[in-house]
Amino acid sequence: MLDKSYYEKTDEIIAEYGAKPASLIPIIQDIQSEYRYLPAELLVYVAKQIGITESKAYSVATFYENFSFEPKGKYVIKVCDGTACHVRKSTTILERLYSDLGLSKSKVTTDDMLFTLETVSCLGACGLAPVLTVNDKVFPSMTPDAASELIRDLREGKVEI
Amino acid sequence: MKYITVNNRKVPFDDEKNLLTVIRKAGIDLPTFCYHSELSTYGACRMCVVEDERGRVMASCSEEPRDGMVIYTNTPKLQHHRKMILELLLASHCRDCTTCRKNGSCELQTLAQQLGVNSVRFQNTKEQYPIDDSSNCIVIDPNKCILCGDCVRTCEEIQGIGVLNFAHRGSEMRVMPAFNKKMAHTDCVGCGQCRVVCPTGAITIKSNVHEVWNALADKNNRVVVQIAPAVRVAIGDEFGIPKGENCLGKLVAALRRMGFEEIYDTNFAADLTVIEESKEFMERLERGENLPLFTSCCPGWVKFCENKYPEFRKNISTCRSPQQMFGALLKEDGRMRKDDPRKTIVVSIMPCTAKKNEIVRPEHFTDGEQDVDYVLTTVEVNRMIREAGIDLNQVPSESLDMPFGLASGAGAIFGVTGGVTEAVIRRIVNSSRPEDLDTISFMGMRGDESIKETSVMVGEREVKIAVVNGLASADELLQKIKSGEAYYDFVEVMACKRGCITGGGQPTPIGPRTKKARMEGIYNIDKASQIKLSTENPFITMLYDGLLKGKEHKLLHNHVEHSCGECGDCSECSSK
Repeated sequence: MLDKSYYEKTDEIIAEYGAKPASLIPIIQDIQSEYRYLPAELLVYVAKQIGITESKAYSVATFYENFSFEPKGKYVIKVCDGTACHVRKSTTILERLYSDLGLSKSKVTTDDMLFTLETVSCLGACGLAPVLTVNDKVFPSMTPDAASELIRDLREGKVEI
Repeated sequence: MKYITVNNRKVPFDDEKNLLTVIRKAGIDLPTFCYHSELSTYGACRMCVVEDERGRVMASCSEEPRDGMVIYTNTPKLQHHRKMILELLLASHCRDCTTCRKNGSCELQTLAQQLGVNSVRFQNTKEQYPIDDSSNCIVIDPNKCILCGDCVRTCEEIQGIGVLNFAHRGSEMRVMPAFNKKMAHTDCVGCGQCRVVCPTGAITIKSNVHEVWNALADKNNRVVVQIAPAVRVAIGDEFGIPKGENCLGKLVAALRRMGFEEIYDTNFAADLTVIEESKEFMERLERGENLPLFTSCCPGWVKFCENKYPEFRKNISTCRSPQQMFGALLKEDGRMRKDDPRKTIVVSIMPCTAKKNEIVRPEHFTDGEQDVDYVLTTVEVNRMIREAGIDLNQVPSESLDMPFGLASGAGAIFGVTGGVTEAVIRRIVNSSRPEDLDTISFMGMRGDESIKETSVMVGEREVKIAVVNGLASADELLQKIKSGEAYYDFVEVMACKRGCITGGGQPTPIGPRTKKARMEGIYNIDKASQIKLSTENPFITMLYDGLLKGKEHKLLHNHVEHSCGECGDCSECSSK
């Protein structure tokens, strides 16, 4: 059971968009940006408040890659694996990050809740390939070594995000 | 008159909502998986594709007919597309046809054969998912799902529950409850309508065939069976007997050959229900409390009401459903037979999957003993008849056992929507004169409409009645009652459209013709019965003076505290 404050915050967000079925996506987007993930309890709560079935809300939330029921780390790293980044060896960057952070395709968040590692299909910055983003800050022309260094700097608080 | 040209033949049309309907009217049976006339159009399976004179290919279910259209339904291009779609569907489908429960009645299998798909060129790379058999009513095998969405739309649009929906995306898309919960942990009421529309073996009935065979083989058991009204007009389907024909006699004969010792009619218990429920209704009317009275025969409806409208729980009749009245009665009868040391096992043959859940509810145990031990659906009994090597066509009809084998026509019509109400009105009006019965039958309880309204005079008072079928319609009606927009004294709800004849345990497919034939079948049974009123059933009178004496409430009513915590509204409690 989540703390009461979660539901109060959700009520605020629902009020902003209106308690109607069409508000589902903006509401859960805001919840996700508030808590960096979409708590399952809140999805159920939202469904009830806006008058749709739980299964329908779940259907929408699982359709979009963006929504996550798992809490995400403080830094969400998105490694671009679009065509341009891929041919400029984004895979090696991803592999380095997986090994540095001890993560894998099925385990994407570190136990200390500091890092979440995801791939995306294209960030729309192909001229800067290979590229990755941390939260929403863009890091262009990456190499595996630069990625390792970035992780070190983030851990030590040397980079502001 | 507007026309379209189908395969060079002119076909008139009027206000048909799509090309598919017009084409089918012209006698061409286009294949479909995802199209059901009572559901919204989804247009996913693409089996119903047609081609116009310019070579454009379109799904006929999603296309409005326009005057002058020229349509072809069987060009080489279309044949190629249909075959390819089927091949792709089969490629990601579990193809263990020989051991599938749907073997022989699977629409995917039938179409693959009909269209001549002889080989599948693609490898099945789909992950294998676990089977969900947590529900007492249905089993879900995601590996056999073709994502037609029929179950999703039925649950949401017809039943207003929406337990199932699509989840995930693309090749990972699956049908599941929210958060992939087990069916037993959802708001599923067990009506099985998802299973009725499922074209493959993805949703099937939870089978108790094995347990019943074992019970029959055990010498220490006396296995007694009751047959529900809607079973007899559907059991013949799989044996090629004309749809809607009353096969009760043949079924009795088959059951006797299979080892059931005493075979009774649930219609008899329906007569008991009519008497008890009318009594309860008149009492409530007099006291003016807990109105409207909701019928309690349909377990899908009872569960729906408990889940979604707990505040109306006290309005549901305390009468047990006919199945449960009969179970309690037969067990009591067994306990009374001091000279027979064997254990009485009560099996009921039902058109319904939700009944499987009803028997394990805590209020359906008498003195710690479960009143009904097993529920077999019509489909499962079909299975057993075939396993026993009996040809239902060939067996000569036999009659039911006495005393619980005689029932009135009022009991028989419980199998269709409006039947319970009609039977109760007959009891209230208390006349079996043909002209009165005719008048009652035209009062508006009969027919397909989702919500029917009527009224009857009881003394000075006009009693308002509603008859509902389909839980989405029940939801609509309850909203109106709740808001004060509508008022009724008596409300009958059947979870399945048209009542038990289309229940979740009935043989499929259940198309418009089958529905009509089964409905007529039930009314014909009533027409042919010599006794029209439940109270005129001589064995019922005998029973009240005998076995039931002083035990009416113990055996025929529910006494578990209502979930609202306000027990005391059943007549026994209030008389104390």
